[in-house]
Amino acid sequence: MGSATATLKLYASLSEFLPAGAVKNEAEIEVGKADSIARIIERYELPERLVHLVVIDGVYIEPEDRSLRILSPGEVLAIWPPVAGG
Amino acid sequence: MAWTRKILRVNLTKGTCTAEDLNMEWAMDYLGSRGLATKYLVEEIDPKVDPLSADNKLIMATGPMTGTIASTGGRYTVVTKGPLTGAIACSNSGGYVGAEMKFAGWDMVIFEGKSPKPVYLMIENDKAELRDASHLWGTSTWHTEEQIKKENQDPQIRISSIGKAGENQVLFSCVVNDLHRAAGRSGVGAVMGSKNLKAVAIRGTKGISNVVNPAEFQKVTAEKKQILAENAVTGEGLPTYGTQVLMNVINEMGALPTRNFKDVKFESANDISAEAMATPRESDGKAQLIANQACFGCTIACGRVSKIDKDHFSVQQKPQYHGASGGLEYEAAWALGAANGVKDLEALQYAQMVCNEQGFDPISFGATVGAVMEMYENGTIDEETIGLKAPFGSAEALCELVDMTANGEGFGVEIGLGSKRLCEKYGQPELSMSVKGQEFPAYDPRGIQGMGLTYATSNRGACHLRSYTVASETLGIPVKTDPLATEGKPGLVMAFQDATAAFDSSGLCVFTSFAWGLGDIQAQIDAACEGDWSEEKLQEVGERIWNMEKLFNLEAGLTKEDDQLPTRLTTEAATEGPAKGLVAGVPEMLPEYYELRGWDKDGVPSAEKLKSLGL
Repeated sequence: MGSATATLKLYASLSEFLPAGAVKNEAEIEVGKADSIARIIERYELPERLVHLVVIDGVYIEPEDRSLRILSPGEVLAIWPPVAGG
Repeated sequence: MAWTRKILRVNLTKGTCTAEDLNMEWAMDYLGSRGLATKYLVEEIDPKVDPLSADNKLIMATGPMTGTIASTGGRYTVVTKGPLTGAIACSNSGGYVGAEMKFAGWDMVIFEGKSPKPVYLMIENDKAELRDASHLWGTSTWHTEEQIKKENQDPQIRISSIGKAGENQVLFSCVVNDLHRAAGRSGVGAVMGSKNLKAVAIRGTKGISNVVNPAEFQKVTAEKKQILAENAVTGEGLPTYGTQVLMNVINEMGALPTRNFKDVKFESANDISAEAMATPRESDGKAQLIANQACFGCTIACGRVSKIDKDHFSVQQKPQYHGASGGLEYEAAWALGAANGVKDLEALQYAQMVCNEQGFDPISFGATVGAVMEMYENGTIDEETIGLKAPFGSAEALCELVDMTANGEGFGVEIGLGSKRLCEKYGQPELSMSVKGQEFPAYDPRGIQGMGLTYATSNRGACHLRSYTVASETLGIPVKTDPLATEGKPGLVMAFQDATAAFDSSGLCVFTSFAWGLGDIQAQIDAACEGDWSEEKLQEVGERIWNMEKLFNLEAGLTKEDDQLPTRLTTEAATEGPAKGLVAGVPEMLPEYYELRGWDKDGVPSAEKLKSLGL
């Protein structure tokens, strides 16, 4: 399993849900063949209302695709609560 | 009506202040603030006028919602012909000055001519007079505010002023109010400086007593505040993290312009982000961010208040900067940081404070420094010319250059011309990341395609606030669109442009649009103002304003060539991230945009379009 890792980045109010050992909003996590985004959200107990903007390697993932899209080793999953700026 | 129906005309050459009736016919067609002030300007000046001559005029204007109980009703706008761009300049600010102008009984103030000596305008309700400002000339916006309050023994006076940058006619200087808020872009402060007008000080005690349907207005504004409170972005995201939360979002999506747009991701983005601002520093164990802050009447409160590390090299010998001050917003943090490859958060805060103190735009300043650093690295300009080493990533250079620009010293004078003139002088015009001479803000158009068209067609030069399609393309507000696609973007940009013109002209903050649609401001305007204000009418008002601004620019001599991006963005593809291999698709989007607008292939509005808008 050691080589089957991906990167999880949690920002803003989701930062507090990062696993131990995370540095600057990111952590290496182990991923299995069946680890969809939805399963990872569940694993780290991210509150549904705070899971708003979900991207893998910078590409937006539609909410309806979260249960289907598998996070592959080497990919970067980043999640934000509802935020905006300008 | 929510207009006071009165405008103040100040002739600086003659030293006179005269009250006039507001043209209500125009108010019905242009609403207020941005739209109505631009209408006055285009009727009163020759579009070909030298922006820094006495023949240019400068207008400070409120909207009908300014000063009311509507959430965010604190905005005012400064409209003039811009010295940075030669185009219409229209810069909008929050804080408390706008509401105070309304409380004093004025919808807008028009400045014309040029004073023979430095003056400031003092308004106390109906009374207005020009006062000597010789003792304030050469001082900062912070000193000017403090001094005017002291001299008048009234801490509740609200003040807009220029710092040394405006006096020195730095072409991207601001008008700063309430210490940390600014009408920031296009060099409106330089126009004020060219007129020897140091400040506008206002004390108003009349309040707002002219709402058409007070009971309905109270009810509807309460409903709309509830929408803002319950919305996850305006009720929680913006107050907690401010605009700076975007730093990591835009970087992750591969659209964070870095090192003068050579790269689309900044490896140290997290070090200059909202998350970093909220994290205790290693040096003193304190976070830079200490609080959020609201403008007048605002129930969002996105503003940042920060304290710099007292031991940082930039302020070790400068205790005047050790207190709480306006904190980093996203655009400023990007321009001062990623655009130059600088990852020192404290250095960014220092540069931001100097920009506020002496009144200049951190976006244009930071982006110009980015061009300087690129020319330093490619050998075009050397250490002797600049007066220091200026490689990408140098926090020391950033802090030195901000001081030099603020004080009009050495190479800072050249930076004060903006990147277009500076890059042309050194034979590398293609390194100026600007449109119409105004520097880009913080979104790479290769990674967010709608923003490329936004920059290219913005009437005031490159700007994110004329059609913030980032909301849709990145954040999914109101609906998610693909940031890498060009299809459908001309229509999206046009819709955002027209709606934003209506928001800006109301006196409300455009940040409400993360939760409100045009229908939400329509209900508030309709309850407050005379006339029938439907959503369709507001859309038409927005389109009318956009076309009026465009006509002004055409008459000023701008052409289709001024609606283009720098070649770097249309020929050099992004090297990483989702946009890898892509360039900005403006050349393919622009013809469709013109067509949707009812303009010809050269971007000139058709007679039919102008007639339909009453122009």
